[in-house]
Amino acid sequence: MTATADAPLPANTRLPDSPLRRVASRFFSSRLAVVSLGFIAFFFTVAITAGVLQLLGLPMPMDPNATNLAAKLQPPSAAHWLGTDNLGRDVLSRMVAGSTISLTVGFVAMAVSLGIGIVVGAISGYFGGWIDNVLMRIVDALLCFPSFFLILSAIAILGPNIWIIIAVIGLVSWTGTARLVRAEFLTLRESEYVRAARAMGQSGWKVIFRHILPNAAAPIFVTAIVSIPDAILVESGLSFLSFGVPPPQATWGNIIADGKTYILDAWWLIVFPGLAIFSASLAFYIAGDALRRAAETRPQ
Amino acid sequence: MPLLEVENLCTWFPVLGGVMRRKVGDIRAVDSVSFTIEAGKTVGLVGESGSGKTTVGRTILKLIPPTSGRVKFDGREILPLSEREFRPLRREMQMIFQDPFGSLNPRFTIGEIVSEALEIHFPKMSRSDRTARVAELLKLVGLQADMMRRYPHEFSGGQRQRIGIARALAVEPRFIVCDEPVSALDVSVQAQIVNLLQDIQEQFGIAYLFIAHDLAVVEHISDHVLVMHHGKIVESASAEEIYHDPKNDYTKTLLAAVPSIG
Repeated sequence: MTATADAPLPANTRLPDSPLRRVASRFFSSRLAVVSLGFIAFFFTVAITAGVLQLLGLPMPMDPNATNLAAKLQPPSAAHWLGTDNLGRDVLSRMVAGSTISLTVGFVAMAVSLGIGIVVGAISGYFGGWIDNVLMRIVDALLCFPSFFLILSAIAILGPNIWIIIAVIGLVSWTGTARLVRAEFLTLRESEYVRAARAMGQSGWKVIFRHILPNAAAPIFVTAIVSIPDAILVESGLSFLSFGVPPPQATWGNIIADGKTYILDAWWLIVFPGLAIFSASLAFYIAGDALRRAAETRPQ
Repeated sequence: MPLLEVENLCTWFPVLGGVMRRKVGDIRAVDSVSFTIEAGKTVGLVGESGSGKTTVGRTILKLIPPTSGRVKFDGREILPLSEREFRPLRREMQMIFQDPFGSLNPRFTIGEIVSEALEIHFPKMSRSDRTARVAELLKLVGLQADMMRRYPHEFSGGQRQRIGIARALAVEPRFIVCDEPVSALDVSVQAQIVNLLQDIQEQFGIAYLFIAHDLAVVEHISDHVLVMHHGKIVESASAEEIYHDPKNDYTKTLLAAVPSIG
């Protein structure tokens, strides 16, 4: 689809300054953005490593589910870096195992809500008229439900299975994305280059996928990143209320939930998983915000 | 037979009011407009902002649905055609836009922008032929062939407008709607673009509907001039006549507004 000349470039020609390259260079010029990206990369590495070990059935350095009542509620030490819980399980190992669950929930739920949001928003914004009206009233209706309780009742009925939790979180959180995509489409639909493409005889779908969606990609990508910690927080909240991923599988939320009884005697059961949730969420929010600023088009 | 015949063209936009968004009236953006354009000739269309001149151009190219009226291109009625039936004719009827910044997709290279129309209308053309054609078009409009790998934001307003012209010329149209192609440009650049459009017309015999709000620009390029006011054509005459012997009061007001030196 791209027309590229085969003739060699003259020696003094610099590479074309593509829009993507500009966004990347502005993103990496922010120190905070780079630090948060480092955090995200760290959590990813841990989560993927733990996930792969579990998938292959290989033992972790310390079994996250191995109980040892003789060593229960131990404070952080050389043997148990982040201490042990009320059943003598190693908190660090449980947090590592939980990171796989938390990031899976975050990413898959985001993908579900992004998929629905883009389709609904694009149809609504591009075609307008009664379709737009119907879809947006559905969005309004969904927004009227307190979503956390909707998720709670759905899980109470369907049972606490990780894939059901992910699907339910994704299914109730696409409304924001849909509204954003619709707004972007409404603006870009009236832009001159879209009109130019239509005057040229370009088909509706190609106008959407080649001209509108790529130009709306930056804000959509940003909401996607920011919705990851939202899903992680919802899953932690569910686990805390023991509606989350069923035990003995560790998640950041249910480590806190199990530890809350011992909050005065064993602070490490609350503080470390709490810090993990906090820092992962903050890293995603900061990275998303930095990306939004990097992608903003400067006035001409 | 004229290349383009426009007969009693009306484009009305509904005015919606109240909580139920019921139709309470119409804005008559284009109201019973008729004119013809001969092959290879230029018809100027002038009027103030909001007079409906841009709507005329967009309706002719079926970018906005008409309310009533007839448009014949090369003897064929085009308004009742479906988008699918009309697509082959889009090759013959192109458009140049007012805003040189907004009319080029910022994520496409110049080569991709100019070759898009080639992909639509000449799907069998090989990639190297397309590249060669884009290079030829860029040279034709006074740019360099190696600019095809750059992105729109690297160009000035005048250069971008040349890119827009190259895009319109890519499919060898017989008719181009020039929608205020120079209003957004510096005065010195305006003359260059108008001259380029005239050279292209001489070389390829393309007919123009040249829309502008500035009578001076239109007089220079047009064979015939239409003056539009509140959606209606209030005067239609040769460029010479409009300039030296305007009949309509509104035309006289427009002429008085043309700045002159001395």
